Amino acid sequence: MTATDASPSRVADERPVVEMIGVTVEIEGRPVLHEVDLRLYPGEVHALMGGNGAGKSSLVKALTGAYRIGAGEVRIAGESVSLAGPGAAESAGIAAAFQDVDLCVNLSVAENVMIGHEERRWYGIAWGATRRRAVSVLEELGLGGLDPRSAVATLAPAMQQLVAIARAMVTHPKVLVLDEPTSSLDADEVATLFRALRRLRDQGVAILFVSHFLEQVYAISDRITVLRDGRGQGEYPTRELDRAVLISKMIGKDLTELRRIGSERRAHRADPTGEPLYQAAGVGRRGEFAPTDLELHRGEIVGLGGLRGSGRSELGQLLAGVVRRDSGTIRVDGREAALPNPAAALRRRVAFASEDRRDGGIIEELSVRENIILALQGIRGWARPISRAERDALVDRFMESLAIVAPGPDAPARQLSGGNQQKVLLARWLATRPHVLVLDEPTRGVDIAAKVELQAVVAELAREGVAVVFISSELDEVVRLSDRIVILKDRRKIGEVSNGPGLSVDTIIEMIAADTDDDA
Amino acid sequence: MTALQSPRLEPQVEASPHSRLWERVKRVVASNPSVLPTAAAIVIFIGMVIYGEVAYGRIVQYNTLSNLLINNAHLIILAVAMTFVILTGGIDLSVGSVIALSSVAGVMLSNAGWNPWVVIVLMILIGTAFGLASGILIQYFNVQPFIATLAMMFLGRGLASLLSTRPERLADDSPILWLGEQLKVIDGEKVNDVVITPGVIIAVLVVIVAFFVLHRTRTGRTVYAIGGSESSSSLMGLAVPRTKVLVYVISGTLAGVSAVVYTSRLGIAQNITGIGWELDAIAATVIGGTLLTGGYGYVLGSVVGALVLGLMNVLITRDGGIPPEMTTIITGGILLVFVLLQRLVLMRRRT
Repeated sequence: MTATDASPSRVADERPVVEMIGVTVEIEGRPVLHEVDLRLYPGEVHALMGGNGAGKSSLVKALTGAYRIGAGEVRIAGESVSLAGPGAAESAGIAAAFQDVDLCVNLSVAENVMIGHEERRWYGIAWGATRRRAVSVLEELGLGGLDPRSAVATLAPAMQQLVAIARAMVTHPKVLVLDEPTSSLDADEVATLFRALRRLRDQGVAILFVSHFLEQVYAISDRITVLRDGRGQGEYPTRELDRAVLISKMIGKDLTELRRIGSERRAHRADPTGEPLYQAAGVGRRGEFAPTDLELHRGEIVGLGGLRGSGRSELGQLLAGVVRRDSGTIRVDGREAALPNPAAALRRRVAFASEDRRDGGIIEELSVRENIILALQGIRGWARPISRAERDALVDRFMESLAIVAPGPDAPARQLSGGNQQKVLLARWLATRPHVLVLDEPTRGVDIAAKVELQAVVAELAREGVAVVFISSELDEVVRLSDRIVILKDRRKIGEVSNGPGLSVDTIIEMIAADTDDDA
Repeated sequence: MTALQSPRLEPQVEASPHSRLWERVKRVVASNPSVLPTAAAIVIFIGMVIYGEVAYGRIVQYNTLSNLLINNAHLIILAVAMTFVILTGGIDLSVGSVIALSSVAGVMLSNAGWNPWVVIVLMILIGTAFGLASGILIQYFNVQPFIATLAMMFLGRGLASLLSTRPERLADDSPILWLGEQLKVIDGEKVNDVVITPGVIIAVLVVIVAFFVLHRTRTGRTVYAIGGSESSSSLMGLAVPRTKVLVYVISGTLAGVSAVVYTSRLGIAQNITGIGWELDAIAATVIGGTLLTGGYGYVLGSVVGALVLGLMNVLITRDGGIPPEMTTIITGGILLVFVLLQRLVLMRRRT
């Protein structure tokens, strides 16, 4: 990541544009925020940090008027205000762009940017003037080249995120709230977003930046407010807050556990010996991934390292038979395996846990128990049901071994936090007792504490002899966990490195960058 | 923006206004493939007119086209109303029985000596009340639009049957009939005249106002935004609850207007009037290119869709050889073709 941004700290000599003092919010009688303070100054990027369930989203919703504030006070430019409804927050000069890019994909860029603020004349909306204003707002963010008539659906995620921010900027707010704006962006796109944010900051906008990504927070923010369990853990200038200290404030315990996993893995690491469990030769699919060789050994974690769009998920899906390959052969346990579909792959004990836990994984309406046994029941066939005793034993075992926090096995999966949903998904595939397990972004969108636990589970699996293919957009996680890293670029494999003390994220980045130089 | 644009390098060709128009059409379609189904509806309508003229004759002439408008004015109004609802991703099944209730009540009140203007307003307000009830059920009681309007459909039909189960004939001197009066605009030879009724004028006004609302007001843009993503629309601070209720109020109100137009043309109202018209309106809307999942579609497309259905009936009558039972099968076939066409458009957008 880039070095900490050296922006002038103007905190000392100015009044905060927003002050939240002792704010308490209750949802259905359950307190989600407890006497939280937050101060935003004009011309600063202020990061809001905390684990899942720490109350970041609740604070954002209180600030944008979506949640009613039970006790406490919000002052804007020194004056106490009541923020009832998004409209009130907007007129108070607070605008927001939310986590899941909140655009209407059926409308054009200009329509999205200007919706609710269209220029009107006696004959109704004046589309020419409306488009011109949209363009001027986009230009302020450095997006002057974007065609305002183009359909939002055709834009890349980063562009959509920037259009959402442009939308928030139409009213020229004093405060811009960004809830996880970078969760679907890759490094280049994050850089584009940060350029736009710095531009806004220099114009005097106060930006509240909510993110899971530590390095991004250090790259962009001037100050940090930390939340845990709905309580404020203090406000710090970013430059004076050590990363380890920040993490310990967020998870409420120190980093020994995180370090322990790293060292355990390093101790376990051994060069693979003997016959590989899984061999792929020339496996590829036109337009998805170039033909690739890959071998997996028992008890090995192989990380797929690469930037977004490098084909990490595509390769994982080809290896696990989720997407049908159009070239190459796969051998499992020395025998050739066709793996034409996921069910056939499961019968050969090759499982794939998908990236998107909402779309491709967790079924929110089903109970935790049903979610866990789904895949096992699937390979057994519906004619041979799993006995009740066996099922309960299985579910209990996984809920305990993975430390799934749920009201009970019968609770609907939607009630669980993201990290726990991810564990349920993992349990589903573990229940099929896979020999090869492809994990696509198992730690995406979960907090640091849950990340640590999931990483521990993956390490434990490998110790038990499962060959794990580990896919993550966070390269440091890949480096920490993997025995071997397959480096991908532009939908092909460009190399393979064994992990060791000398290997770091930078090594991988350099390999990816060096490959470009060869091409040029 | 202009600074970023590279200077145009292509040689200055004298573009005829024709080719410029064609370029514009191509650009609109390329940037917005959702106009394709609507364009296809227009093409099919024109194709049907040409086919009818060649095969049976006497289609492209004043009186045939006038009658097409007069006989389908009520369907055009219903299709416009349905477009609002479907654009938000909803559906309104109650419009057919609202027409039955509204027209039976209207005729009976009028025959009981009520002032005809008051009766007309009441007929429209009956529709408004039904739409409001549907909208409140859907928005504030979180009932599925299909179920809420189905309940309203049964209620409306039941109330109409309570009022009367016999055909109620409007008195011959009732001023309401004037709305169905045929006014000769152009006197052609023999019976080949351009004729319109006040009902047709009402339908045209409805179309114009609907177009204005959808494309030139923030309310209209909110309708499209809700169809695109309801949750995003709320997060953007748009008036989602109000707009969702409003589209059902619009739908109910226009069903009332449609009842007035239809009753004034026929002079008879019955509790079984309008059975299945909600489905005709949905068919017209879909044929006109509106996506049932919401967010994409045009009022003008729905008008064309209504005219396609109307013209189909004319052609089947003219043919004489096609049994009337075939009408619904042909309607179904056309509908299927359009739905498949929409699928194609969607698939193209994804790739």
